[in-house]
Amino acid sequence: MARRKPSHTPVLTVEGLKKYFPVQRGFLQRVIGWIKAVDGVDFAIDRGKTLGLVGESGCGKSTIGRLILKLLEPDEGRIMYQGHDISGFSEEAMRPLRKELQIIFQDPYGSLNPRMTVGQSIEEGLRTVGVKGYGERKTRVAHLLEMVGIRPDAADFYPHQFSGGQRQRVGIARALSVNPSVIICDEPVSALDVSIQSQIINLLKELQSTLGLSYLFISHDLNVVGYLSDTVAVMYLGHIMEYAPAEVLYDNPLHPYTLALLSAIPASEPDEGHQLPLLVGDVPSPFNPPPGCKFQGRCPLVENRCRKKEVNLYTASEGHVVRCWKVIGD
Amino acid sequence: MLSVQDLTVHFIGNGRVARALEGVSYEVRTGETVCLVGESGCGKTVSALTILGIIPQPPAQIMGGTVLFDGQNLLDLGEREMEKIRGNRIAMVFQEPMTSLNPVFTVGDQIRETIMIHERVNEKAVRKRCIQLLKDVGIPSPEERLKDYPHQLSGGQRQRVMIAMALACNPDVVIADEPTTALDVTIQAQILNLFRELQRTRQMSLLYITHDLGVVAHIADRIYVMYAGIIVEQGDTAHIFHDPRHPYTQGLLVSLPSRTKRGSTLHTIPGTVPDPAYKPGGCPFHPRCQFAIESCGMEFPGMCDYGEGHVSRCPVLYERARPPHGAA
Repeated sequence: MARRKPSHTPVLTVEGLKKYFPVQRGFLQRVIGWIKAVDGVDFAIDRGKTLGLVGESGCGKSTIGRLILKLLEPDEGRIMYQGHDISGFSEEAMRPLRKELQIIFQDPYGSLNPRMTVGQSIEEGLRTVGVKGYGERKTRVAHLLEMVGIRPDAADFYPHQFSGGQRQRVGIARALSVNPSVIICDEPVSALDVSIQSQIINLLKELQSTLGLSYLFISHDLNVVGYLSDTVAVMYLGHIMEYAPAEVLYDNPLHPYTLALLSAIPASEPDEGHQLPLLVGDVPSPFNPPPGCKFQGRCPLVENRCRKKEVNLYTASEGHVVRCWKVIGD
Repeated sequence: MLSVQDLTVHFIGNGRVARALEGVSYEVRTGETVCLVGESGCGKTVSALTILGIIPQPPAQIMGGTVLFDGQNLLDLGEREMEKIRGNRIAMVFQEPMTSLNPVFTVGDQIRETIMIHERVNEKAVRKRCIQLLKDVGIPSPEERLKDYPHQLSGGQRQRVMIAMALACNPDVVIADEPTTALDVTIQAQILNLFRELQRTRQMSLLYITHDLGVVAHIADRIYVMYAGIIVEQGDTAHIFHDPRHPYTQGLLVSLPSRTKRGSTLHTIPGTVPDPAYKPGGCPFHPRCQFAIESCGMEFPGMCDYGEGHVSRCPVLYERARPPHGAA
């Protein structure tokens, strides 16, 4: 186990994280290939900060969230929580850490038990951290609900009695019940209406500043990520393509994929006659990708070496890394 | 071209009456893209289903109003006559192509079916039309794709097939209900461009239903903003985006997150969309509205005209707007 470093150690670090899923066929379930869902990912989240992880569906962003929580076992790489390597931890050893690392899902309806009142759901979390007295648990539940902006007497309601936005608030209260220091937010606002979405975003920001939480914010929405994140990582087919402080990434994107993503967001400004720039083709299947750069199939700037040589991350400037031959130059 | 007048639809069941639409009026002119914007449950899809006569009755009940298309009221037509219009003169594209395509028929079969229902054409001509349609919607190697089943296609391609089916009989009006919501941004951009291009080349009218204001800004000529079963504001795209006159429209626009708003707290509209069975009296938006005055809870707001087709259902802001000033 790594030694505890000074206090500026990032709260969560991921190094060379890999997860391959086997593809099996036939009667004998022979493995015919691998889906490289996460293929060597590194990043770090500082205390009280937000790392935004963006990419299209199937790029591996949710898999990363599950790997960090050890809901999935990584094939390779290290996950360091406050300087300790937790990737080899057993289920038993993970248990005390479970309350440090929490997750909020896109669909809170699917993650709350429909047969428990929301009060009971939140209480369950409190019990695992050893809040023993019934009375104390009740007070804490009321306090948590208040913190996320729900009337405390709503603790006796069942999940279906809440609207989508309120359910997401309950999901957040449940995650907060164990006093986590890192919350993995997996598309927490994607299913919500615009007017509700901004309420939840504000809530997440407010909780971050009062409780000093760190977020891994997984989303496909570049507007939301740009608003919330301190650092942004852009993923494509299991690789981080570009990684930079949010202002740098949005003002000076270097990777052609980042550029394409940014220009594909329909701006909330009417623009007559303006055509959205096209990225041709679909996101390719992550199954047995070709050698070289993973983006080659859709890249408008593709050249010969992109098809042959694997690209590594290249530091373009302090804290800004990018995976593209064009940027590296000759 | 297509004009919905004063449409009122209620859902009746479980001893409750959900007033999904209350006197909704809008029109789509020839060759125009009209966007119907609003949050979930505001009635945008219900109005589209009513136009096409595919709203399940019961539980729905059409209480009043007309849908005028080509001089006739579609609500008066029988199922037989409606079949001649649906898919032929007015076609629809749904949000989830996987559930709207039949998984056990090939793409070719499904497009062919649409054509054969409405026209007498021979097999060879139909095949040619299918290939041309797939080509028009940007599907590579269309001959082979005809033999594919929906699950063999990606999400974006399935949506293209849906659009091809909608276009099969050269409709006058296409109604697209959240057609890009389930797609990735780069694919969404492709589909939006496709809609714009098809509309230009075919001179069709497009009624585009969405909750995404970014999409609206990109595609719409005119916009109707819906809230809790009523139209709260309507106007040209430029008017709605640069000079919104209804508190709800204003709230929606400023609550959009973007990186330029970093560091500041996002503006929010407090509260939630009301349950259609228990809508507040007066203006349905008043409990969430920062400008609400006492009368908002009692009187149903009338339409206030700002000229050039820009109309908003908020008398409070209308009174305030003299002398007129641009809303921030």
